[in-house]
Amino acid sequence: MNDMKLQLKIWRQRSADQKGHFETYTVQASEHMSFLEMLDVLNEELISKKEEPVVFEHDCREGICGACSMVINGRPHGPSKGTTACQLHMRSFKSGDTITIEPFRAKGFPVIKDLAVDRSAFDRIIQSGGYISVNTGQAPDGNSIPIEKDQAGKAFDAATCIGCGACVAACPNGSAMLFTSAKVSHLGLLPQGQIEHQNRVQSMVAQMDKEGFGMCSNTGACEVECPKEISIENIARLNRSYMASMFTSDK
Amino acid sequence: MSKINLESKVPKGELAEKWTEYKGSMNLVAPNNKRRIDIIVVGTGLAGASAAATLGELGYNVKVFTFHDSPRRAHSIAAQGGINAAKNYQNDGDSIWRLFYDTIKGGDYRSREANVHRLAEASKDIIDQCVAQGVPFAREYGGLLANRSFGGVQVSRTFYARGQTGQQLLIGAYQALARQASHGKCTIYNRHEMLDIVKVDGKARGIIARNLLTGELERHSAHCVVLATGGYGNVFYLSTNAMGCNVSAAWRAVRNGALMANPCFTQIHPTCIPVSGDYQSKLTLMSESLRNDGRVWVPKTKEDAEAIRERRKVGKEIPEEDRDYYLERRYPAFGNLVPRDVASRAAKTACDEGKGVAPTGLAVYLDFAAAIERYGRAEAFSNGNTNPSEEQVRSLGEKVIEAKYGNLFQMYEKITGENPYKNPMKIYPAVHYTMGGLWVDYNLETNVPGLFALGEANFSDHGANRLGASALMQGLADGYFVIPYTIGQFLSGEIRTPEIANDTEEFMKAEEGVKNRIAQVMNTKGNQSVESFHRRLGKIMWEYCGMSRNAEGLKKGREMIQELRKEFYADVFVPGTNEEFNPELEKALRVADFLELGETMMVDALDRNESCGGHFREEYVTEDGEAKRNDEDYTYVSAWEWTDDDEVILHKEDLKFDNVELKTRSYK
Repeated sequence: MNDMKLQLKIWRQRSADQKGHFETYTVQASEHMSFLEMLDVLNEELISKKEEPVVFEHDCREGICGACSMVINGRPHGPSKGTTACQLHMRSFKSGDTITIEPFRAKGFPVIKDLAVDRSAFDRIIQSGGYISVNTGQAPDGNSIPIEKDQAGKAFDAATCIGCGACVAACPNGSAMLFTSAKVSHLGLLPQGQIEHQNRVQSMVAQMDKEGFGMCSNTGACEVECPKEISIENIARLNRSYMASMFTSDK
Repeated sequence: MSKINLESKVPKGELAEKWTEYKGSMNLVAPNNKRRIDIIVVGTGLAGASAAATLGELGYNVKVFTFHDSPRRAHSIAAQGGINAAKNYQNDGDSIWRLFYDTIKGGDYRSREANVHRLAEASKDIIDQCVAQGVPFAREYGGLLANRSFGGVQVSRTFYARGQTGQQLLIGAYQALARQASHGKCTIYNRHEMLDIVKVDGKARGIIARNLLTGELERHSAHCVVLATGGYGNVFYLSTNAMGCNVSAAWRAVRNGALMANPCFTQIHPTCIPVSGDYQSKLTLMSESLRNDGRVWVPKTKEDAEAIRERRKVGKEIPEEDRDYYLERRYPAFGNLVPRDVASRAAKTACDEGKGVAPTGLAVYLDFAAAIERYGRAEAFSNGNTNPSEEQVRSLGEKVIEAKYGNLFQMYEKITGENPYKNPMKIYPAVHYTMGGLWVDYNLETNVPGLFALGEANFSDHGANRLGASALMQGLADGYFVIPYTIGQFLSGEIRTPEIANDTEEFMKAEEGVKNRIAQVMNTKGNQSVESFHRRLGKIMWEYCGMSRNAEGLKKGREMIQELRKEFYADVFVPGTNEEFNPELEKALRVADFLELGETMMVDALDRNESCGGHFREEYVTEDGEAKRNDEDYTYVSAWEWTDDDEVILHKEDLKFDNVELKTRSYK
């Protein structure tokens, strides 16, 4: 059953303030396992030897919670297109492979331990304006706001962001433009989100800069690595909105 | 035995007027007092995030706790299919009454009438609220909201956002919470796990939380505590729940005197990707919405099934006349859209008869060929092609299916490596949701004053079986529209209570207790991993308290869990230390609580000598193999107390049905 033999080079780092290093392990796996199940097997082995298991973040294991955050062979979430690390299966590898696993690396995402990083900056970007200001109970009837189907679809495409941070990890500048622009697009493409659009663009971009994320230089790596395949058109839209808000906002 | 009074506090009056009249007459807390009152909310899924945001909007000071790195990761995010609402936008005869009735009947008459009616009333407001927040629900060409059907009902009342409805609703609630955080009304404690409740003079006044990054224990005080911590499906180890889902917050409430209601009512979802190996860590759901278009079948003969299992044949080679579309055959009125409990048992029956189609023998087909054909023809026709080729029909039909369920089909292919457009999907039931939960009254308050439970964490609305697309509805109804009112009934009596101190004897004692529990699992230094105990517990639960149960098995299961618990405390090994980020320690504390809950579930299932909803006792079946309910003796809520001597004691709340007649639930 477990007929794949793999060599793993995994980044081990005890805490944020200690130096990390690569550690090499071998593991027997099956091609039907998910990538994280293969790591489970490794961890069970380490625990049985009274060694410390590799810390990695994961939760839903079906590609939607956005918790998993590892770079596999140099690519955030690994080699398969439109796939989170938890949905990656071992059939994408072959016996004898050496696989390198490291944490997302970016100034905005300090390492916590091994493969786990701190992505709370994303929460603060949303808190700076990534919402529509409507209290519970204030809403009109749902059908009183008709939205053209394609327009709703575009907003949806941007709204599928899972907040994993692969875009930041993929970017040579550690920029969070894809994440921020996806939220700006999701809300800005809907009539409900129009009223606060300009303020939202200004304050989210300001917060993004404050968190230490880099500038966007249009390399497009974020779009390639995004497990939800969110388009860099959103970045163009954000840039247009940002410029427009600079000229027209009276704030 | 202590005397516990389970008063439901359902207000008087006509069913349809109760909630409105109650809201109009309940005690309020004035804005100047709200500013002085602190509320702790544990959990940031749909119920927790919506409650915290709304309570913040009202002016309370809210402290929000989640063990995740961000509130947005709560497991509500993974709900796929949709959310029900009695909008009747489709003009197909829906109404608040019908949603109420479907939910009561779907729950096999084991839920409280007044709570369910209130849920149906709130359903309409939820959709409005979410649209206003920017939730991108599916729309028709005219720009208005679209609907689809779910199991157990005959109207189209489910609102959806592709196969990611939970994600979109949670992002809506998360953003509402983020907004309150930016206003300073909600303080969010990420990566903090609640490890105990603190009671002062009998009232819930705070929690002990562990900072998961540093291991430090923190004492947090408030005027009341709201738990929105989800369900306990992971007691089965393998389930569709996320890896971190756990019962600990709810179980800590039980260990502080709250009662666990109907714990044996667990939902086994019929359409999940089947188990493929021992290494498996979790199971993946394929949304119930697929049963709108997918037809469930197995081969008529064992020989064909065996040939498929041995890979001598594939499903699509079985001719139409040799297939048994058993749901359509057994339940013609609802067909493939029977409720979950019914569909799951039927799949088990088919596999027990030797007709399973996976190498393990545990899978049935969910086939889209007929829908692809039907949609393909319609699409060709509307394109002006009245005589399309087979190939054109297929290709057009596949496009329609892709537009409706694309992400689910993609997920299936990623996991199994098989293309579901070309071959029928293989599915099998898996643990998905828990109807049981903390006992709460009409105010969603447990029997511990000041301690509230919302969403899946309470037992309140789904009886013995939950209908599809109702979990999201209940989570948001509780959080947005119920607790913001009912919490005032408790807090209006607290306006003179000053800020609660967090260094009193009660807090120190609770903190000490948590320290001891942590030390106990850290210091055992045995030889078996936490994971291995969890896996063994799951196997016991699935074997003896799973899709079908009997008295003998339940007694045996209980003993096995007691043994396993002893072994756990004697031989568990937790690596690392308490003073650091240590996921193994987190898991150990959760598994310890599961080991007590599991026993309670066995006891509950043994007490309930009837089959109803998700609880199927082999001794109680009708002649044609359907569940046999016993209304005479079991029309009650079982609320279990766990004593300090590890005894499990039953308390009952009798259910009264003044508006619906208790009938045999038939979908035939």
